Amino acid sequence: MSTTLANTPLDAWHRDAGAKMVPFAGYEMPIQYSSIVTEHQACRTSAALFDVSHMGRLRFDGDGSEQLLDHLLTRRVSDMKIGQVRYSLMCNAEGGVLDDVLVSYLETPSGKRYHLLVVNASNRAKILKWIEPHVADYPKVTMTDRTELTAMIAVQGPKAMNACKKLFSFDPTRLKYYRAKITDQFKKPVIISRTGYTGEDGFELVVRAEEAPRVWENLLLAGRDEGFIAAGLGARDTLRMEAGMPLYGHELSESIDPISAGLSFACNFEDRSFIGDAALKKIVADGPARMRIGLLPDGKRPARDGCKVLANDPPADGDLADGELAAGGQKIGVITSGGPSPTLGHPIAMAYVDRKFADASTFQIDIRGKQVSAVSTPLPFYRRQKETK
Amino acid sequence: MTRDESKLLYAESHEWVDVADDGGDKIATIGISAFAIEQLNDLVYMDLPEVGKTLAAGDEFGEVESVKAVSPLYSPVGGEVVEVHSELPDSLDQLNDDPYNFGWIIKVKIDDESALEKLMDHAAYQKQCADAG
Repeated sequence: MSTTLANTPLDAWHRDAGAKMVPFAGYEMPIQYSSIVTEHQACRTSAALFDVSHMGRLRFDGDGSEQLLDHLLTRRVSDMKIGQVRYSLMCNAEGGVLDDVLVSYLETPSGKRYHLLVVNASNRAKILKWIEPHVADYPKVTMTDRTELTAMIAVQGPKAMNACKKLFSFDPTRLKYYRAKITDQFKKPVIISRTGYTGEDGFELVVRAEEAPRVWENLLLAGRDEGFIAAGLGARDTLRMEAGMPLYGHELSESIDPISAGLSFACNFEDRSFIGDAALKKIVADGPARMRIGLLPDGKRPARDGCKVLANDPPADGDLADGELAAGGQKIGVITSGGPSPTLGHPIAMAYVDRKFADASTFQIDIRGKQVSAVSTPLPFYRRQKETK
Repeated sequence: MTRDESKLLYAESHEWVDVADDGGDKIATIGISAFAIEQLNDLVYMDLPEVGKTLAAGDEFGEVESVKAVSPLYSPVGGEVVEVHSELPDSLDQLNDDPYNFGWIIKVKIDDESALEKLMDHAAYQKQCADAG
C-alpha cells in the first residue's frame, strides 16, 4: 500500500483474531472477523464489540466552549446539562452538512467541565480545519484533538449493559439513553456513554490508547457467557442501515442539507443563530427539493449505493413542469445505501427522491440495467423491542 | 460422481472449469472456487444468464453478491450456454458447502478450445490464491 495508514490501539488484537483488514478513512480497520451476518446477528441477539477508534474525538475546554459549539452546530449546546449527549450536525453557510457529530458535556471527578465532540473519521481533518478559525474568536477556548491519545470501543446489543455493569466504578445501567459519564476501570479513566450506531441498546467507551487492549479483553470476558463477539465495519454498516441511520458520504454530504435528510429534529432555530441557519430556515419554509426515504426492493437482489430510482406514477400533486414525464420511468432519485438486511432477510435501501414523489408508495430501481420494483417504507427498517422502564 | 477440484482448470477471476466430451461437443461446466466463495463471504444473491445465450471467452455471464459487494462472473470459455443451475440462487448456502459439485453455475458448449490453454491448473491456481491471501 502506497499511502501510510494509521492503526488503532487494538490493531494487534484484530490481526490475531484473523480479521480481514481494509483501508478506511486513513486507518486500517477490521471489516469482518468471521462473517458479517454472524457478527450482525450477535449484535441483535447478544452484543458485539466494535473498535471505533478511528472516529475523531475533539475536546473543548475553557469559557466560551458552549458558545463556540452553539455557533458551529445546528442543535443548541448551551442548554445541555452535565452528562448529556446530543446528536447534531455541522453545516456550511449554504446549509450543506459538513459532518454529523455527537457532542457530550462532561465533568471530570475533580470538577473540570468540558465538551467532547465525536466526528466521522473521514471528516476529522476537514472539521479541525473548519473549526480552528472559529476557536480564535473565543480566546479562552482550547480545542484538543484527542483521537490518537485515546481509543473508542462500542459495545452494542441487548445484553451489553447488564453483562458489563460491574466493570466500572459507576454502574452504566444507571445511565439513561444519550447520557454519558466519566468513570473508571481499575482507577483508569473511562468515558462511558449510552449511545451507539446499531439501533441496539449499548454503550460507547473512550479510554486512553494504552488501556484499550485491556479494556477490550475485559469486555469480551464479561460477555463470554452471553456470546459477545468482535464485529467489524461490515456489520456496523448493515446494522446502522437497518436502524435507518445516515452515514456521512452516503446519506449526508456538503450537497445535502439536514432537512432533506430527515434530521430536522437536530436543528433548533429559536432564539439562536448558527452557521447555515438562514439557508436552513429557507429550506424549511420552501420545503426541501428531495427527501430521504426507505425502500424495500422486491426479490433478493440488493439495490446499492448509486442505483437510480425511477417513478412508477406521476407525482401526487400533479405539479409537473413542462417537459417532465407524466408517466413512470423518469429518474427521480438515487439510492444512497442499500444491501441485504440480515435481520429482515430481504434487501433494504435508503434513497433520496424528488419531494414531489416522496409520498409515492412504489418505485422502480434500476439495478445495473434491470428494473426492480420497490415499496416505500418508513424508516427505520428495524426497531428494537424497548424494555419497559 | 464427485468432481475432483485438483483436476479442474481455473481462471484468474476464480471460476473453475470442468470439460467433458458430449458426443463430440466439448461441454464446460463452470463454477466458482472455494477460495472465491470464502473471500466473498455471506452470499445473498446470484444472477444467471438465459439458456441459449452466446458468450465469448471472458464475457460476464452473471453476478454473485455478498452482503458487502457485487462480483461479476466471467466465462472462461466462449460458446453457447446450454444449461444453467437454476436452483442455485435459492440455495447459496449450499454453494458454500459444495462449490465443485452442487455449486456448478452454467454449462457452455465450447466454440473454441484454445481458450482452455489460457487457464491454470490446480497447482498454479493455488499459488495465485496463496499470493493473494
